[in-house]
Amino acid sequence: MEVIVRNLRIAFPSHQGMAEAVRGVSFTLKKEKLGIVGESGSGKTLTARSILRLLPRQARVEADRLEFDGIDVLRADEAALRRIRGKRAGLIMQDPKYSLNPVMTAGAQIAEAWRAHRGGSGKAALAAAVELLAQVQIRDPRRVALSYPHELSGGMGQRVMIAMMLAPDPELLIADEPTSALDATVQAEILRLIEDLVSRRGMGLILISHDLPLVSHFCDRVLVMYGGRVLEECRASALARAQHPYTRGLLDCLPSLVHPQRQLPILERDPAWLGP
Amino acid sequence: MIEVNDLRVRFGSIAAVKGVSFRVERGAAFGLVGESGSGKSTVLRALAGLNRDWSGDILVAGEAQGPARTKDFFRRVQMVFQDPYGSLHPRQTVDRILSEPLLVHGIPDVDARIRRALAEVALAPLVRFRYPHQLSGGQRQRVAIARALMAEPEVLLLDEPTSALDVSVQAEVLNLLSELQRAHGLTYVMVSHNLAVVAHLAAMIGVMQEGELVELLSVEDLRAGRTRHPHTAALRALTLDLEDPETAKSA
Repeated sequence: MEVIVRNLRIAFPSHQGMAEAVRGVSFTLKKEKLGIVGESGSGKTLTARSILRLLPRQARVEADRLEFDGIDVLRADEAALRRIRGKRAGLIMQDPKYSLNPVMTAGAQIAEAWRAHRGGSGKAALAAAVELLAQVQIRDPRRVALSYPHELSGGMGQRVMIAMMLAPDPELLIADEPTSALDATVQAEILRLIEDLVSRRGMGLILISHDLPLVSHFCDRVLVMYGGRVLEECRASALARAQHPYTRGLLDCLPSLVHPQRQLPILERDPAWLGP
Repeated sequence: MIEVNDLRVRFGSIAAVKGVSFRVERGAAFGLVGESGSGKSTVLRALAGLNRDWSGDILVAGEAQGPARTKDFFRRVQMVFQDPYGSLHPRQTVDRILSEPLLVHGIPDVDARIRRALAEVALAPLVRFRYPHQLSGGQRQRVAIARALMAEPEVLLLDEPTSALDVSVQAEVLNLLSELQRAHGLTYVMVSHNLAVVAHLAAMIGVMQEGELVELLSVEDLRAGRTRHPHTAALRALTLDLEDPETAKSA
């Protein structure tokens, strides 16, 4: 599995003509953990979703190359895309409260995903769902399988989402702010779980987050996005020593427990970062 | 300024807050941290008078508070909520949003006060005639802070005031909150799950777990790692681990 993105551009119609949200992003992804960081509106979510062509209808997408394992995503028909979406590349979204079906039990939702991609009897799918819940380290998988989303905590809901994504055994996992709705302790548990599953199953991971320390902790490589462009790319472990003034600014404006500051430095935005 | 003794809140058969006590001096900032479900927001809501079903003592400026609060209480104690997308009326202009507390409390000089309030939270005068959806998240939270300050309160209750914001905007809002506190001598009670954010503003910190205040410590003790309760130590370790993985690993 290899994802190749070359000169990706995404624009939306607006009152003043086309508004460009992603402007010439390029990267390649293999079996590794790639982080995409940036503020709201930097284009990080659009960039990741374009790999599945899951974009708003009015979006205009152009790219020199946009490939998922040799498949040209921009020219693929819906049937070909369905073979990628969910099946070969799973998407975990931010808030399990809104992305799970509120009137279906957790087990039924996972079983549905299982059958959609793998077929088989309902009974076998339900058994598989319980097995998947156990894999995402839920202690009482049978009980959780019979629970409705409102009966589950945020962390538990996110585990159910992950179990559902794992059902078709995908090669790539796209996690869009998977833990921003969760507490710090649960956040660490969920990320460790994702990390563990990704390395055990040999998947690729795209982790989208606005949280730089988090990404530097859990990824191999990081893209820093601003205004629809990639400003900097570095090894995740070297993020604390990032060079670009934007990345530096984002790191410096975090309040720190170890190094207290009376006044936090404010990010001064340089128009040159927006590029030509 | 604020004294809470043995505060208890129940929701049906569930005890959400099980006997919490703390005091906050005038002009000081107190932070409550804990995970979701620990009861920290419930304490804040009981303090704000948004939940009437509690037992124990709540004293504000030496006056014991009952379940129902007076109009004067709501002038002196104001609240800023987590989500600036949900806490501003979507069909009211900023002008209308900011004038409402003045009308409610019969405070004169509406025009001059709104202009001053916008300047104080570093918003352009033109923002006055905009609707919330025309503003960014950071601008909206500034409007929410300006609204809380309109009636010249003495106490601000802050419920996760920066967790819906980007880190760059979070820094601006935190700086604004500390400037305003110095300028007006405000007393803050702030709730957050982010230890570093709470430690930035508050001098004293209460750590909550399952409805109990398990530890009360100064920010210096927290920074230095002089914690007594394992939950405080665990929260601190998590923050440090993300902040500075290299030091955390060697420690």
